[in-house]
Amino acid sequence: MKVPILKQGNILIATIQSALTDNDLLSLQDNLAHQVIQYRSQGVVIDITELDVMDSFATRTLRNIANILKLRGAKTIIVGMQPDVAFAMVQLGLTLPDIKTARDLDEGLTLLK
Amino acid sequence: MVDDQVSIPILTDSDIVSARQQARELAKRFSFSSSELAGIAAAISELARNIVSYATQGTVNVSLIEEANKKGILVIVEDQGPGISDIPLAMQDGYSTSNSLGLGLPGVKRLMDSFEIQSEIGKGTTVIVKKWVLR
Ligand SMILES: Nc1ncnc2c1ncn2[C@@H]1O[C@H](COP(=O)(O)OP(=O)(O)OP(=O)(O)O)[C@@H](O)[C@H]1O
Ligand SMILES: [Mg+2]
Repeated sequence: MKVPILKQGNILIATIQSALTDNDLLSLQDNLAHQVIQYRSQGVVIDITELDVMDSFATRTLRNIANILKLRGAKTIIVGMQPDVAFAMVQLGLTLPDIKTARDLDEGLTLLK
Repeated sequence: MVDDQVSIPILTDSDIVSARQQARELAKRFSFSSSELAGIAAAISELARNIVSYATQGTVNVSLIEEANKKGILVIVEDQGPGISDIPLAMQDGYSTSNSLGLGLPGVKRLMDSFEIQSEIGKGTTVIVKKWVLR
């Protein structure tokens, strides 16, 4: 698995650790969709601190992930977006509507409590 | 001396990652800010993905340029794909033939300092963008 997923109680934490291809993002989507059911998780934190770019594909996939997980009863929180990455994302016109974001993992976990 | 130009063939989604990483490395040699570097990487990611999505194969060429006391980066992204029939339409926010967000081309135009697109049906598409170092 390119993006390790850690189970902590009823929460899953997915930590992106390197640049991801489109296929890596799609397998993250599949893995989270399965594990949320398997572990009956109530929340998922995706740590994107190490993500180099938020382009249209990454944005669309994160939105899809949040929608899928919502249907499976879990909340999604995106944490760690770098200011530079956010800046480029905004200029591209990309948004993450309805997805909660937090500055770091601790803040993200607090939001799920 | 290190080459001030790279050319990356684009065929698969991993070539998209490699194009934006190589471009970023090259651009680092000029004093682009980290948010400009992130913008350059995002723009190249969009243009290279359009090749994979619509044209199957093409090339991303990145070079460092200097002109009348300014420095910058020149990116030429070309393919021999199907071409774009209505460019003004393709440049509109939200227009997509693949049910995507339709933000790639107009977004790249916003991110870069200059943007040119040429396309001919059945022959292919070329996008030429530049970004100057702010001084
Ligand atoms: N290299 C290309 N060859 C042929 N058609 C293209 C090419 N690039 C873009 N297009 C056409 O222009 C449209 C708009 O492109 P744009 O990148 O703005 O949006 P998108 O790719 O549909 O969605 P997004 O980039 O937001 O995921 C595409 O849907 C496609 O029809
Ligand atoms: Mg596109």
